[in-house]
Amino acid sequence: MALPATEREAAFGSVREMATGASISTPPSSLDIFADRVFRGLTLIFAGLTIVLVLYIVLEIGGKAAPAMQKYGLSFIASTTWDVNKARFGVLPEIWGTLYSSVLALVLGGFFGISIAIFLTQDFLPPKLEVIFKNIVELLAAIPSVVYGLWGIFVLIPTIRPVADWVHQHFGWIPFFSTSLSGPGMLPAALVLTIMVLPTISAISRDALSAVPPRLKEAAFGMGATRWEAILRVILPTASTGILGALMLGFGRALGETMALAMLVGNSNQLSISLFSPANTLAALLALNFPEADKRQEQVLMYAAVLLLAITLLVNICGAAVLRRATVRLSGGGK
Amino acid sequence: MRSTEGSQAADKVDLPSLDRSYHDPRGVLSTLLSVLTGAATVVACIPLFSVLIMLFWRGGARLSWQLFVELPPTAFEEGGGFGNAIVGTLVMVGIAALISVPFGILAAVFLAEFGPDSKLASGARFCAKTLTGLPSILAGVFAYAAVVMVTGTYSAPAGGVALALLMLPTVLLTAEEAMKMVPVRMKEAAVGMGCTRSQVIWKVVLPTALPSILTGVMLAVARASGETAPLLFTALFSNYWLIQDGHLGLMEPTASLAVLIYNFSGMPFENQIEMAWAAALVLVLLVLVINIIGQLLSRQRV
Repeated sequence: MALPATEREAAFGSVREMATGASISTPPSSLDIFADRVFRGLTLIFAGLTIVLVLYIVLEIGGKAAPAMQKYGLSFIASTTWDVNKARFGVLPEIWGTLYSSVLALVLGGFFGISIAIFLTQDFLPPKLEVIFKNIVELLAAIPSVVYGLWGIFVLIPTIRPVADWVHQHFGWIPFFSTSLSGPGMLPAALVLTIMVLPTISAISRDALSAVPPRLKEAAFGMGATRWEAILRVILPTASTGILGALMLGFGRALGETMALAMLVGNSNQLSISLFSPANTLAALLALNFPEADKRQEQVLMYAAVLLLAITLLVNICGAAVLRRATVRLSGGGK
Repeated sequence: MRSTEGSQAADKVDLPSLDRSYHDPRGVLSTLLSVLTGAATVVACIPLFSVLIMLFWRGGARLSWQLFVELPPTAFEEGGGFGNAIVGTLVMVGIAALISVPFGILAAVFLAEFGPDSKLASGARFCAKTLTGLPSILAGVFAYAAVVMVTGTYSAPAGGVALALLMLPTVLLTAEEAMKMVPVRMKEAAVGMGCTRSQVIWKVVLPTALPSILTGVMLAVARASGETAPLLFTALFSNYWLIQDGHLGLMEPTASLAVLIYNFSGMPFENQIEMAWAAALVLVLLVLVINIIGQLLSRQRV
């Protein structure tokens, strides 16, 4: 555990410079003490500002939304019309679209994310290949969402359209396939959303699975369990809290994602369960209407922003709490 | 007597075979699930390769020097470039870094060194984690309310503030982690020689933690460069240079690569769509290079 010589030299060298006289150590001068006080105060202020900033965000958006909240109240959430000329606003289709697309992304992203996490932690591959796959999945997170949107418009939609049309013709009686895919719609949006939440879910699930003590797995193998019996009955249940946290944080990301949805979801103010019909989400609504909003519309959009803020904060805080419980449980001794 | 009974009992127990058998349903199920998860992993890699191939194919075809030095074309115009959008992106990310890096590191010093267990620190930590989950569009809404409505104009600083909000939690939390990794003995040695706590931080903690802190900064910069939603209605877009006719238009609408991709992708003109692909290629390369620099910085230390 000895420090490398260079590091020690770096630490002590700078200290030695300050020392004067025969002794290597000197008490700090009054100027040093003053500088120390100022610097301490400064860091304290900025730490406090972090809290102030979050409160300021909530108050600023909430304050700008207050007039619209008083005027429209709860009917804003329950109404389905968005008519600028008649000044009637409702975001029920957007709330539905936000939740529907996020749940779809969560189901698909959860399946793929957890599969990847299992595949990359349970010794299926040589360690070098594991690292390569891990990096590839993490690279998915590095691509900006607007690039996914572009890819969705020009690659994904043309690819899935024939498939979607075939499914609609043959299985149109199932509500999920009741409309045909005319271009942008819920399915391409949800697929791109899946790609975007996948890295979050797989990274956090992987951490949860690696945190499972190896002796649990060894004990299961010792009792004659196959690899998958050990995974399904011992490892997954032990890591379940962490995986739940991963899913909730992924869900939080999906709810707030904007660009890919604004480009792919079709921006149509309708309530539909069909995967192929265009829809809209709260974030996409903000992105599309804010740039050319007048004063009255601005307040209404601020109200929609408050709703989005409330939903994402709630989901994220729950996710973080679940993850904290997971770490406490696993590090609190294997009782 | 007892031992023979025992061995007879052991003979009757159906010992699990160590051979893998494909006739045994348990073995088949196990193999099936292994193939399924393996396939899922491979399928998940397809989008990445598809995106990269399309970027190089469609974006690479259009790549030329002209793109970097010319202004965006109007509707039916041929040619053109997005030089002003590259400058705009760099300027706004620069403004965001100027705000978020000092803010994040100073707050992190308090969280890691001066009061790691104080109520203020746990409150600040909670707020920073909450900010990590803030949807990027809401950062834009906030900057719109706090900057655009106050100054009365779309501007580069408004975009910078929105991006800073997204960078802050990454910078703060990674800087805190980096400082906590500095060995306690090094700090104690410095204190023992008469350093004040601030001197310990400036001369021991910060220099030692610097590579990891920079990694966090780079990750935040990479994320901010690719963000579109917060810029849509804070910086808007512009078809002109930031410095036009010899005067600096900082308080005017500013172009950015990300918003250019968004705007051009929805246009019915082939020229604009080609440029959207080329801009996407430039943006992805920019983001990847910043990411790689960040990774290299942290590797240097180990």
